[in-house]
Amino acid sequence: MTQRQLTRRDVLAGATALAGAAALAPLPARAAARPLIVGFVYVGPRNDYGWNQSHWVAAKKVGALEGVKVIEQENVPETVEAEKVMEGMIRHDGAKVIFATSFGYWPTVLKLARKYPDVLFTHIGALWKDGDPKNAIGYRGYMEEPHYLCGIAAGHATKTGKIGFIGSKPLYFIFNNANGFILGARSVNPAITCQVVITGDWNNPVREAEVTNSLIDQGVDVIVANVDSAKVVIENAERRGIFSCGYHTDLSELAPKGFLTGAEWNWAAGAQFVKAWQTGGPYPNLLRGGFKQDMVALSPFGRAVSQDVRARILKVKQGFTDDSFKLYRGPLKDNEGNVVLKDGQVIANDDNKFKLGVNFLVEGAIGKTGLKK
Amino acid sequence: MLARAWAETAVLTAGALLVTLALFGAFVAARGLDPLAVYAALYVGAFGTWFSLEDTLTQAAPLMLTALCTAIPARAGLLVIGGEGALVVGGLVTVLAGVALAGAAPALAIPLVCAAGALAGGGWIAAAGALRHFRGVNETISTLLLNYVAIAIMNHLVTGPMRDFEQVLKPASWPVGEAFMIGDIPGTSIHRGLALGVAACAAAWVLARRTTFGFGVDVLGGNERAARLVGLPIGAMVLVTCFLGGAAAGLAGAVEIVAVHGFASASLAVGYGYAGILVAFLARQNPLAVIPVAILVGGISASGGLLQRRFGLPDAATLVLQGILFVAVLASHALHGRLRAFRARPA
Amino acid sequence: MTPAVELGWWGVPIAVVGGAIRVSTPYLFVSLGETLTEKSGRVNLGLEGTLVMGAMSAYAVAYLSGSPWLGVLVAGLAGALLGLVHGAVCSLPRVNDVAVGIALFLLGTGLAFYLGKPYIEPSAPRLPHVSLGAWSASPQVRAALEINALFVAGAVLAPLLRWALRSTRWGLVVRATGDNADAARALGHSVAAVRTLATVLGGFLAGVGGSFLSLYYPGTWNEGLSSGQGLMAIALVIFARWNPTHCLWVSLLFGGATALGPALQSVGITSNYYLYGAAPYALTLALLVWSSSPKQALAGAPSELSISR
Repeated sequence: MTQRQLTRRDVLAGATALAGAAALAPLPARAAARPLIVGFVYVGPRNDYGWNQSHWVAAKKVGALEGVKVIEQENVPETVEAEKVMEGMIRHDGAKVIFATSFGYWPTVLKLARKYPDVLFTHIGALWKDGDPKNAIGYRGYMEEPHYLCGIAAGHATKTGKIGFIGSKPLYFIFNNANGFILGARSVNPAITCQVVITGDWNNPVREAEVTNSLIDQGVDVIVANVDSAKVVIENAERRGIFSCGYHTDLSELAPKGFLTGAEWNWAAGAQFVKAWQTGGPYPNLLRGGFKQDMVALSPFGRAVSQDVRARILKVKQGFTDDSFKLYRGPLKDNEGNVVLKDGQVIANDDNKFKLGVNFLVEGAIGKTGLKK
Repeated sequence: MLARAWAETAVLTAGALLVTLALFGAFVAARGLDPLAVYAALYVGAFGTWFSLEDTLTQAAPLMLTALCTAIPARAGLLVIGGEGALVVGGLVTVLAGVALAGAAPALAIPLVCAAGALAGGGWIAAAGALRHFRGVNETISTLLLNYVAIAIMNHLVTGPMRDFEQVLKPASWPVGEAFMIGDIPGTSIHRGLALGVAACAAAWVLARRTTFGFGVDVLGGNERAARLVGLPIGAMVLVTCFLGGAAAGLAGAVEIVAVHGFASASLAVGYGYAGILVAFLARQNPLAVIPVAILVGGISASGGLLQRRFGLPDAATLVLQGILFVAVLASHALHGRLRAFRARPA
Repeated sequence: MTPAVELGWWGVPIAVVGGAIRVSTPYLFVSLGETLTEKSGRVNLGLEGTLVMGAMSAYAVAYLSGSPWLGVLVAGLAGALLGLVHGAVCSLPRVNDVAVGIALFLLGTGLAFYLGKPYIEPSAPRLPHVSLGAWSASPQVRAALEINALFVAGAVLAPLLRWALRSTRWGLVVRATGDNADAARALGHSVAAVRTLATVLGGFLAGVGGSFLSLYYPGTWNEGLSSGQGLMAIALVIFARWNPTHCLWVSLLFGGATALGPALQSVGITSNYYLYGAAPYALTLALLVWSSSPKQALAGAPSELSISR
């Protein structure tokens, strides 16, 4: 399996070719009537209107594939229980593909992938590296790209010049998203500042509501929340009459007046992995991508976004899609005055190493990452 | 006579189990499922295959230890619900000890780091015991508050001062190192923490039922005034029972580190402490009975997964099952000593 | 949309006051309910499950019927029902009420999550509020002083309950049952009946407290809504020394302390957020230690209460 990122087209082409070849060859025993069992493991309730729901949406797509049956288990904590659950799916239910949909499941995935080489494991952390088992896939979308677009919308919408980013835990992808949001907003107005606040929990409605209200009291009038379910934040923002952006899934209905747009996942690549495993086709071990690889999406625009702004946002989106627009480009300073990128320096949109190492917040952010420099 | 009491308990518990199954069967039937199929899945998921048994025992292991955190002080008449906090504190100190002893011989270091975790947990709950004895602060509320404080401190430490920044999956502490992991019981995929849990329960039972200290604690738990009149060292008993209970939960935290994760993170606080309270009450605060009850509760957790996957039942169904079981067993306690078959015959 | 006045550090006390009112209401109702229950001599640790069940049923009913107040009523009734189960099982001999409470905590939470699955996505109508801050030009002050109707109800109920327990015959019966069951029996009252009734009423109040969470603040239903708030409220009863009016102050204190962390974060104190999150609990513990003494270990504790013996 090659390490370079395969586009969907590659995977499809490979699978089609193989399927074509297989049509001429005698049918392998596996293609007999028994369906392929695919197991989805969620860390929380699957209809949480957020993170887990985005995977549930993907699970439904996978379940719609021919010859595939999906089994699901929710509320599986990142402890030894996760190992027993995944093994149970393999041993009791005969699962041949496991979707591990929480970051902390990765050590368990590595352990079990070695133990069960005939089972495919996918993980949404995209941490696969050379030497890891070949029957494991890491895939994840670059959410900083749609966050950049949300930032542009925020930049046009804000009247106070203060926007807010609520994050759950101090992890690199949260800070990448924050940076995307701030860079997008400051591309409209370089004087915009963004309060970056960490709640400390993936899901804590009371604290999220309190933080939202406190930020609004400080003059913030556009908010985006990177928590398991942004519903509380968006609804409270709507009540106070400010703008909001969504995360994970389409939350536009929650705030008819104040919703701008949102950053959504597109986990549909999962269906491709299942098909490849079913037919013996090739698959990537590491799949990271933004708009170009169709792994992220933008929520529908809210009423508050004018046609003119929509056009501008879609233009930048096209820039991501054809890779002509780069998110991290110099000159770039962080919010402590250090130079991150010199004039002329540009980071490729798929530079994984850089993004994994993001331990800073860009200029204009008010807050700290707490990560070691 | 002891055999009679155990037999009565077994019969009553079996009766409670049957009632629970009947009620749960009605519950799932309302959803259109076949109760018999659900029962079969419950059995298969908990005890039906060797894998299920391993799963059940793995889930039961931490519960045996955290149950002691409630059961041991309860014998002295204290209601301690601080197992969650003691476990977390124990885990943190285990990591610190492991890092401090890095490079030392595992045969020496592993017992030391586990002991450190146990000591930390013991101290945590003993502090609540001291507050109770010297300041009259109700131990139920103080240990509950200490739970939140412990979890907050843990989160703070693993996100900052004790954080391993190489670990990008989640905020996690420094690792104790592969050399200090205790691994599985040979021939199984159950970690050695299970053996520690069983040993701790057995030791606690011996202490409670076979020593004068244990007897004194029973007196204290039954009637504090009487204990005072007889001149028992109340303060010492309160502190020691709290310490021992906390040490058991702290040991559970150590086990989570050296047998499961290898580092501390928010995954230490997943409810083992609270589940332990349930186990302790079901076992009527008897350390030896904690073992089978923990296995039962572990079995429900283990089979809950199968229920979700086979029948599309939500995870909450397992909570409902546990709740019904608990209520049924508690109601059955009312029948203790009432059943003719088990009444002691007059001499 | 009025532009916000630049607040700076003034945002912190405003947020604390607003938070005290916003966050305290569920604690207030649960602690009032538990005070009544414990005054009669019974501990109901199941109120956490009742709170969650109340939140879910209120949200579901409000969404289905369009009336949030109907949701509140149903939440109370659901709580009363769970209280009835608690009272009934505890009336059996030799049953430990702490254990039954934990059992109902599990059962209530499990049922709430189970039945509440379809209601996580939809939005239910909210409870109304009274704007006590209309005099202010500052939108922040106005927002902080938006008092919810339930808080008003609770604030009125607290002194009312204290008066009822102290000065009415019914209150005397309840207290007698809690202090000396034999004396109460001698007076001709059924101890079991009084305790069950007190538990039912306590459950009703806890259910109403839960409805506040889902129908006002945070104003949503999901499985992470309460992280032990019901349990914490029961602890607050002990802190309040079983005095209903103290429950009001203690709940406000706790709510204000909960709002402190987020308020500090929004003015730029972004580190140590976990420690600020622990502030309400640490504060409560510190005050509890300071205000306790071994002599009058639990002044005001009903003597029949299993946890205060």
